[in-house]
This record gives sequence, structure tokens and C-alpha cells, in this order.
Amino acid sequence: MPDPVLSVRDLTVEFKTEDGIVHAVTGVSYDVFPGETLGVVGESGSGKSVSVMTMLGLTPMPPGRLLSGEALYKGRDLLRMPKKELRDIRGGQMAMIFQDPMTSLNPVLTIGEQIAEAIQVHNPGTNDEDARKRVVELLELVGVPSASSRFDQYPHEFSGGMRQRAMIAMAIANDPQVLIADEPTTALDVTIQAQIIEVMRAAQQETHAAIILITHDLGLIAELADRVVVMYAGRVVELGDVHTIFNSPRHPYTVGLMNSLARLDADQEWLRPIPGQPPSLITPPPGCAFHPRCELSQGRALCRTDVPPLRDFGEGGLHRSACHFAEEVAAYQAATTAAVGAAHAS
Amino acid sequence: MMGQVETSTAPAEAPVQAVGDEILRVEGLVKHFPIKSGIFKRTVGQVRAVDGVDLTVRPGETVGIVGESGCGKTTLGRTIIKLLEPTDGKIVFDGQDISRFRRRQMRSVRRDVQIVFQDPYASLNPRMTVREIVGEPLRIHGLYRRGEGRRRVEELLRTVGLSPEHANRFPHEFSGGQRQRIGVARALALNPKMLVLDEPVSALDVSIQAQVVNLLVQLQNEFGLTYLFIAHDLSVVRHISDRVAVMYLGKFVETGTRQQLYETPMHPYTQALLSAVPIDSPNLRGKRQRIVLKGDVPSPANPPSGCRFRTRCWKAQEICAQEDPALVKRSGGDHPVACHFAEVMRPLDVVGQATAS
Repeated sequence: MPDPVLSVRDLTVEFKTEDGIVHAVTGVSYDVFPGETLGVVGESGSGKSVSVMTMLGLTPMPPGRLLSGEALYKGRDLLRMPKKELRDIRGGQMAMIFQDPMTSLNPVLTIGEQIAEAIQVHNPGTNDEDARKRVVELLELVGVPSASSRFDQYPHEFSGGMRQRAMIAMAIANDPQVLIADEPTTALDVTIQAQIIEVMRAAQQETHAAIILITHDLGLIAELADRVVVMYAGRVVELGDVHTIFNSPRHPYTVGLMNSLARLDADQEWLRPIPGQPPSLITPPPGCAFHPRCELSQGRALCRTDVPPLRDFGEGGLHRSACHFAEEVAAYQAATTAAVGAAHAS
Repeated sequence: MMGQVETSTAPAEAPVQAVGDEILRVEGLVKHFPIKSGIFKRTVGQVRAVDGVDLTVRPGETVGIVGESGCGKTTLGRTIIKLLEPTDGKIVFDGQDISRFRRRQMRSVRRDVQIVFQDPYASLNPRMTVREIVGEPLRIHGLYRRGEGRRRVEELLRTVGLSPEHANRFPHEFSGGQRQRIGVARALALNPKMLVLDEPVSALDVSIQAQVVNLLVQLQNEFGLTYLFIAHDLSVVRHISDRVAVMYLGKFVETGTRQQLYETPMHPYTQALLSAVPIDSPNLRGKRQRIVLKGDVPSPANPPSGCRFRTRCWKAQEICAQEDPALVKRSGGDHPVACHFAEVMRPLDVVGQATAS
């Protein structure tokens, strides 16, 4: 395995709110390797976005507060880097694609100007003509038709899908090492989403960037990710290769998440939801935060008292699960998916 | 019997299950929104949100309406229950033609047909307690009696899986899934016959979506409710619907049973939609045919001539620009489809060997 391009270690972030302290991210660690796509999946409030945004210095502090951790990019800690240096990295070697391209593009600048600006800020020597040429190339790469004439259009003249293409063009303009995509297709229709998935593949091929794909959509993870980090209540609960996570998960939350999906290609009589409600991050449940909703726990005391550590299941820490009873998950999964399968047959 | 009422080619499709005849019939429904411009606010055009929809719903069944944003599915739902005034067409609910009903006349109809909205954050008044929210329909219809009303609200909360102790709390104290349960309890307060569910689970997390979908199915079984289920999520629509209509730019392009629509889709748009849904297993990566459509949905203010899908369709020929294809059964198929070149294709089939790697 090559050295990771980005290493997050023991990241803990909390937010001060009127209702109390929100424990958004607790002790999160993972690596991102060059050229891979790392999927970070979780439901709302799982901390999947906060963990990544904090590394980029995009979490407002206050109300946010960094309690511990480091984020090593090429051996340097992003969390303690001078603001000016972090700004140079952001949008350059580390670039972002956000969920809503309408709010992340400047409405009073043309699409072309914005992308050209991104190039010129990070490459001060570039003249306008060269920048324009490069922008048109980028727009063509991401599939914006008649790119040279659309250079001069404003964001409102672009459809949602086209705006997201422009965002991707801007993100890859400076040949990033790490590309962070936060719910890049959530605001888009399914036929447009399929287009954007293709564009992201092309963009990665072009730049060989590592992609951190933050999403709640397991389908998107199944399509694009090489490795997966599953988050629940601010912690990493499972981490592994995408095939391992989908085929032999070791955490009951991962199993529950996959079981609760409605299927496109089969009929089911009932869906199999995870019971209960998502936990409060102000007063998270003691022990394992998932225990009140966990069918595997069966009220065992250990789940209520001790926070389960991430334990290794594959070689070299390639598959990890934070469940006290991870050894029982395979049998649990077999039993529950058999129940779903039986529903298919009926 | 969805589909064109007058078809020369074939009789309308066979009933899915033996339920009574019909609770809702919509014929030629049109809803246009004027585009106004200039200082005199002159009408300079029409957004043709719903442009000639026929639909029949039988008691106790679930009809799913699926389509992408801007296809008119939400407008269709709201026009059917007359939250929007139809521009043209007929709506017959429970034997009564309500298309020209005024507000006052609609009151009695509203007891029988209720709507559940998408956003459980925007659709509940933050200043009202849950008791007031769920009891409001009863009050409006003069049915909230002291003691009894209270009991009814508590019963409704239990029905949707909340506890009666929740009645005194405010919406902000609840999670998204619980709020949607409150919305469903409110919709059930008057014992309606039919619910229009407009993207009822799309704002919710996956694990909670499944809870609410199961609740809806359970309530339907228990109370014999009829659902018009409007959504963009093709998997959820498959799960809950008996019959499905696919909508594109204000019109139905294909209708049929869920089996027909998902297993033997005939319209290129339906096929593209199904093929575009991300797979749910990495083992299937590259093992399914994916149709990536070119371009975006055209503006409903200025739809293409002939077939509205032709600008994005890989099968389009000259006739598609000239002639709007009727929604009728076509040769080789068993359900209505509005395409000159309709042909069964199975986008969900696995191409080649799917092996776990």
C-alpha cells in the first residue's frame, strides 16, 4: 500500500448551541490513499460532512470547537496550518464539489470568469487568454456543450446539471491531489445524476485525484467508492473495502442500513427499517450510540456501558468494525437478509 | 384504468386486483400557469405543468406517479384535490364531479381526501402543539368535542406509532420521521378514503424512510385507504404501488402495473429512468446497461412539438416531431405507452456474469 495522501487522526469536534453541546465528531480516524475514491456514508447528523469540512478549515469556530486530532496532508497538519497556507491548498491541491451548485457559484460572475479566477489565483502567472483556453478545455471535459460560448454565461443560465458540471470543472482546474465531493448529486434528478457520475469518473481519470465522496446514498457508494467509511452519531463504526462492506459487513448498523433500502429490481412485502430514532448528539446514548436501535445487542450490558473500539478484521487494518459483538454480525446479517429474501419470493 | 379513455387499439388494461370500480377518475386534466410580463402583467405564455392527464384510481389501491422535478407530478396531485384550480378537464371523486366545485362545496370532499406533504419541517405550524395540529381538521369540521376530541387525537397518535404523551409537545421536539408521522395522523383525523402523498419520505433518512413506508402500508391495510403516491424515488414507488404512471413534461408517457412498468418497460424514458438509478451493490458495477440521456428536461413553457421526449430520445425519427404519440397499448406490449417506437427493454437485467470479486 502506498502512503496515504491524507490521514485523519482522532478528530473530535463539538458545537456550542443554545440547547447544549453537540458532539458532532468524536475520535474519527481514517486514511485516504492516492487515486482512490473513499466513500464516507452516514445519515443526517452522523458527522460525515463536519469531519471533512473541519480538515479544510471550513467549520466555523465558534460555535465549533476542535477538541483533538490532526489531519496530515503530505506530512503537514491542516488543522494547525496558518490560514494563508491552508487557503493556498484549498481550491488548489485540495478542491471541493458541493451539493448545491447554485449557492456555491457566484451569481454575478460568468461561469468562465469564475473558473478562470480559480486558475489564476493558484497560478498567478497565467494570462487571461491562456486561462480562457484552459477553462474551455475543462468545460469540454465535463461535457458542457458549446463550451466556448457558454464561457460567457452566468450561473442562472445553466441548468442544475450543467452547474454541477461547471463546479467539477472548477474543482479539477488546478489538478488537485484530493477532491472532496459533498453530496454531489443529491440535488439532481436521476437522469442528470447518471450524467454527473460519468463526469466524476472522467474527472478522476484526468487528474488521478483521490476523491472523498460524502453521501447518504448507498447506491452512489456502490457505484463509485473503492473503500467506505460508515459513520453513526459522530463516530466511525465500520471501515473497509467497498465489496467487504456490502457483502460481509461487520457492524449491525451497516447491515440495518442496507436492509432498509427499498429495492428497484425486486418486490418486497415489507421494508426492514432500523427501529427507533436517530440519537441526540447533545446527550448521546452511553456505551455504543447505536445500542438503543440495535437488534443484535439484545440489551446486553456491555453495549450500554462501554464505547466499542474500532477492531481489525482484515489484514493491516483494512476492515474495521466498532461493535462489541462483531463476530455475530455475519449470522445476524444472514438471518435478516433471509427474511427480506423471503419477502421477495412472496 | 389509466390511459386514454378512448383507444381504438385495445381495451384498457385488466384490473390488478378485484377491488370496487373507482374512487377517482380524472379525464383530460390540464393545469396551465400563466407567465406574466411587463408593467401591465400581460400573459405572454403558459407553463403547461399538467397537459392532458387521464387517470382512474380504484378504492384500496396505490397508484404511484413518478417523474423528475418539473414533470408536473406535484401540480397534478394538488390539482386533483383542488388546492389548485384546474384549467380544463374533469375530476370525478367518489361519484361526484368536483372539477367546478367552489371552496364551500369542497369542504365536504376534503373530509374524504387529504394530503401529506413532503417537508415535515415546513408543513407543521411550529407554534401549535401536536394535539392542536392533529385536532385541527376535527375543529375545522366541527367534530372536536370536549373529552372525545382529546381521546381521538391520542388514538390517532397511537395509530401512527407515536405515544399519547407526545400530544403536548411542539414540532421542533421531534425528528423528521416523527414529524412525518404527525402529518399522517393529521391527514387521518377525518377518516378519509384517499390520501394524496406528495414525496412523503424523500426528506427522511433511509432507515427512517422504511419506517414511514411500512406505516403507510399498514394503515392502508387497516383502514382500506386509497393512495396516490407521488415521488421521484423509483425504488420506493415500486415498493408501495399497485400501478404506476411515469410522467414527463406534463403528460403520462407510460402506465401499467408495477410488474409491467419495472419488468417490461416500453417507453425509452422509463427505460432510461430505471437504468439511471444507482445500483445497490458494488458486485453489479458495470453489469447493467446504463442509458445516459443527453441534455436536460425542456421547459414546460415551450415543450417540443410532437413527442415531448424526442429531444433527449435516441430513437427519435421525423414522425416524433410531427405527431404526439397517444398513450395506448402498442404491439408487443400489454400496457399503454406513448411512443411511436415502443419496445420492451429490461434495463434492470444483469448483463453478463455478476460475480462477487
